[in-house]
Formats: sequence, C-alpha cells, structure tokens
Amino acid sequence: MKFRGKIVDVACLNHFSRVITTISKLTKMCVLRMTPVHLFFVLSGKVANGGVSMWCELLQANFFDEYQMEGVSAEDNEICLEVTPENLSRALKTVQNAVAVKVKLTKKHCPCLTIAAELPTLSSISRVVTHDVPVDVIPRKLWYEFKEPSMPDFDVSIYLPPLKTMKNVVDRMKNLSNFLVIEANLNGEMNLKIETDLVSVTTHFKDLGNPPWGGDASQDSESQSRDPEAMAEARVDIRRLQQFLMGQQVNPSKAMCNIVHQRVVHLILLHEDVSLQYFIPAVA
Amino acid sequence: MHLQLIVCVYRQVLAKAIHSLSRIGDELYVEPQEDGLALRSVNSSRSAYACFLFAPLFFSRYTIPSGHTFRCKMLIKSVQAVFRSLASLEKTVEKCHIELDKHKDRLTFTLHCKHGLLKTHNLSFQDSESLQAVFDKDSCANVFRAQPRLLVDTVVHFPPSLEEVTLAVSDERMWVRNHVEEDSEQSKAMLTELCLASDEFDHYAVQAHNSITFCLKELRGLLVFAEATGLPISMYFDDPGRYAYPYTVVISDSVLEGDFVLATLSDDPNHRKHNTRRTQTPVPPPPDDFMNDDIDSYLIAMDTSIAQGPSTTCPPTPALAESTHSKEPAAANHRTRKHSEEEEEVAEGETADSGRPPNKKFCSLFFGSVLPSSSQMSTQPVTTQEVLASDSEDDT
Repeated sequence: MKFRGKIVDVACLNHFSRVITTISKLTKMCVLRMTPVHLFFVLSGKVANGGVSMWCELLQANFFDEYQMEGVSAEDNEICLEVTPENLSRALKTVQNAVAVKVKLTKKHCPCLTIAAELPTLSSISRVVTHDVPVDVIPRKLWYEFKEPSMPDFDVSIYLPPLKTMKNVVDRMKNLSNFLVIEANLNGEMNLKIETDLVSVTTHFKDLGNPPWGGDASQDSESQSRDPEAMAEARVDIRRLQQFLMGQQVNPSKAMCNIVHQRVVHLILLHEDVSLQYFIPAVA
Repeated sequence: MHLQLIVCVYRQVLAKAIHSLSRIGDELYVEPQEDGLALRSVNSSRSAYACFLFAPLFFSRYTIPSGHTFRCKMLIKSVQAVFRSLASLEKTVEKCHIELDKHKDRLTFTLHCKHGLLKTHNLSFQDSESLQAVFDKDSCANVFRAQPRLLVDTVVHFPPSLEEVTLAVSDERMWVRNHVEEDSEQSKAMLTELCLASDEFDHYAVQAHNSITFCLKELRGLLVFAEATGLPISMYFDDPGRYAYPYTVVISDSVLEGDFVLATLSDDPNHRKHNTRRTQTPVPPPPDDFMNDDIDSYLIAMDTSIAQGPSTTCPPTPALAESTHSKEPAAANHRTRKHSEEEEEVAEGETADSGRPPNKKFCSLFFGSVLPSSSQMSTQPVTTQEVLASDSEDDT
C-alpha cells in the first residue's frame, strides 16, 4: 500500500485545505478512501454519529500535481484510512504559503499521513515542516461500510436559499428548541419551523426552485404527479443542521436539499470539482 | 531619599514588557537600580524567569537615591490594570510618571493624558528579596540569534495546546519537534517537526550537538513581546548533562534588555542517550525526505490479507520498540512532574546528578537569593526562605 501526492499550486492547496476544514467541522473522525481517480471522505451513518452520514468526493487531478498510489491489491486498488480531519486541517492550514506540499502514507511510530511542506525562506536551504497525522488502516472486510450512499427516493427536492441566511435563521432557532422541522414542496417553497410549548416560529422561503432531476433520478411518475403544494417534512436535530451550515468553507455553486417525508434530509453541495452530501435522519 | 522618581514619555514597550512578564508569573518584582529599572517575574514552579532592564536613557528622567537599594514586589495583575487597552492608551497618554514612595508603601503610576486629564494609580507593594536567576550565558556552547519573525513562524506550526517542544541542533540545522508519548491515547496525536537551516539565523554557533526540551508557553509570551518590538532574539543553551541547564533567551537594544531563563526538561541517562542518538543521527533529514520522490522509500506494508484487523497490521520495528522502552518511564514520571518539582525546590542546589532518580522533569532554576540589606532585614528577616516556600504551592 503506497500513496504519495504533491500539491504545488497555491489555489489548489487552499481549496484542498478548505474542503478538509469543512469536513473537520462536520465530524471528528471519518474515513478517507483513496482510489487512482478520486478521494472520498466518508462518514457512515452509525448511531454513534447521531445517525448522520456524509459523502464527500474530490477528483484527485483537480488538486494534486502528482498523485501516485498503489492499493491493497491489483483488483482492490484502493486505500482506506480512518483519519482525524481536524489534524489534517490544522496541518494544512499552517502550510498555506508553502512552495510545495507533499502528502504521503508513511510508517512512523504508527501509520501516518505525512504532510511535508517546503516553506519559502530567504535562505539557500528550504525550510521544511512535516506533520505526521496518525491514521488507522481499515481492513478490506470493513470496506463495504464505506460505499457511496444511494440517492434516497425523495419526495421533494429543492434548491437551498443562501447558506448564510439559512445559518442565521437556524442559529436563532437553536436558542428556542432542539428540533427543527424542515419542509418543502415542489412549488419552490421551503419552511423552517420550530414548535415548543411556548412558541412556534416558522421562516418561509419561496421561489427557491426545484432541481430538474430528469428521468434517471428517483423522481418517478408517482412523485411527478405529486401535488406541487404538498409539503414533505422531516424533523431533525437542530445541532446537526447547524453543524452543516456552520462549517461551510467551500462556497458551493449549488446547494440542494432532498426530503424523504419523515425519514431523512439529504443535503448536497456542489462546487466545481467537489461534491458533499450530508444525510440527517429524521426524528420522531 | 524616600522618593524615587522616574518619568518617561509614554512608550508602549513598557506596557508590553509587563504584559509579557504576566505570562510568566503572578508577581512583578520591581527594583530601581543604578543601571536602570529592573522588572522581573518568576513562575510558581520556578522553571521560568524573566527580567527586563530599562536603562536610565529609556526614561526622560530617572532619579534614584544613590547608595541605597530598594526592592519590592506586587501582583502583576494590578500593574497590568494600569496599562489596560493598549490601543487607546497609545493615542491618549503623553507622559507617564512612575514614583516609588517607600514611606507610604506606594508605587504610583501617573498617566498624563490629553486635555490635561490625569490618571493616578496607587499600588501597594511588599518588600522582597532580590530575584536573580543564576545562569552564565557566556559559557554556553550553543548560541543563536534570529529575527523574531523566524521563531514566530516556527512556533505557529504547533498547536496552542501543546506544552513542550524539543529543539535539537547540528552544525547546519536546527530541528524543532513536539514529543508524542507512546501510550495508546497519545499515539493519536500529531507529530510535527520543523527544520531550520543555519543561514536563516543572524548568528548560529553550535559547539555541542544536543537537544533540549522546554515549555512553549513562556516562549510564546516572549515572542509576543519580541514581535511587537521587532528586536532580535538571542538564544543560549548548553549541554543537558549538567544539573541545571537553563535555556536563556535575550532580547536587547540599546536602552532595553530582556532576559528569559527557561528550565529545560532533564532526562534520565537512558533518555539522554536516546537524545544524543537522535541528534547525531537525526531522524531522516527532512529536506532529503522531502526531495525524495521514490515512492518505494515510504511504502507501508500492511493489511494485505482480508481477514486482518487494523491492530495487527503494524508490528513495531525493533528500533521503535527500543525507543518505546526508553520513553516509558519518562512518560510515567512526566505525570508526576508537578510533585517532583516541589521536591526540587527543597533540594535546590544540593542534589548531585548521580543521586537523582531516573526522572524526566523540569529543573527548577537555581536562584541566588541575595539577603536583603540590613535595613530591610529588620522588617523581613527571613525573606529568602519565605519566597521559596510561598511560591511553590500552586503550580500552573
């Protein structure tokens, strides 16, 4: 198992570091899957994570100038590691102005992802900083847990309003309640609601638009015949939603939300080469 | 003769020095001397000491009664309160008087602000013994001088929560790294290493290839000061084999000198051997490591079978096992350091190197406590002892 990558371009480095910082805000631990073409950051929906799952997909070629890897075997040409995104994020942040950054899989006191950066200096010899981020290698028998989640058979899909606006609303609602009802319809309307014994608050968004999923997505004839005014709703833990909105460092070109009525909220951020999916289970 | 008057055009550097001292200890020791005003502080475990000496030229007027020494100490917090909100002070204060009235036991700071506004702070103080860390920096084998930026850029790579760093030197390079203990919890911690070339320093003289470990907290405090004033930093340290081998950092210009003496972590002989070995054959020189593009040189051979769990995938190499072994007692002792430091206080200067348990702990600085002059003797007969005892209680 070998991996070695090199980032030279400052913009790529910056972008990569922002993606990882975003992930570090969502979860303490996650799984990094490396294939010859992609990097995936995966969180599988276990009870310990509050049922939340995450799937973040990057094209390696858009970040790395050099990228070499050799997976476990020829047929399973992948590397699967458990990492602490916080550590990776911190390591990358301190080397933002580096001339070049190398990321490699090394064996030190334990398996590590080593981030070695050459920093600019006035001296003839470069200044080099290395961060060894300990990782756990995930055996192949557990890989099945970290496959791409299938697109849920959603009732409603809707574009999200600007995430900052949504964050401001959710932050205030957080003070009043621990749970939030998110509901939307096929008429471009979305509501964020909290209901407590003392107060009910609803924020209405309209004219958001519904993404055209085409024929290939799960939106079959049944949901096309759905009444555009009918709301699909899900009650979620407000902290999970807040976490998602707070950590945003990647300015997405598209932000969408799919709702499976009373089951799950599926949030999708698309930004050029990066896609981030986040699943928040509904609570009763 | 009871009045000592110091006037200065208000200069932020004075406030910054006090702020920097507050990162070291809770008390400010003030001593107007012939050669300037000395402000000092020491931390509770006596492992870090700092002294700023402002030359008489720093002040627009500096008068002290000749042939008469006077020292006092006070809570540093109350002095800091005088210089709170640096930014607004900078704009409004024109002049600062510092006055010591021994009769009333008052240290008075008068800030002359714009529009004739006067702010007077009367601080009470206690008499104190002289506080002076004994350390001969001129005999040190290793001497460095650098612009503050270099050290600031070095320290920034380490997380704020990190307590200690190890600094190792060779003829051409200096390595700074954190230490990750080998127990299971800690093994999840990130190991960071930075390598500096000798020509990044203004002055780089190494006679002894060795390494020292010291607390980062005080160094950060001093860097804040050095960066704000832009003054170069000199570092001196010596062979860790000696009983107390503090590490001194000096900041100076013509009217100001700041001395910081930081204790380094002492090692048991085992550990020392380990250290020496590490520095003489330093962990694969990072630049080469960086330049090395052969992917095979850093392969990981593990998890080739489907059935294996992650725990069995990384058998320790013999070299690794050895280092684990030498560090284990150190790790255990590290947790009891608080305790052993207090012991150290009592045994100050008396323990021979051979009699020490194989501990890894901070040496308390060896302070020469000068007995107060006869006039002060009458009020504070046992000052020397008093301070040693009172300070050793709350370790930070």
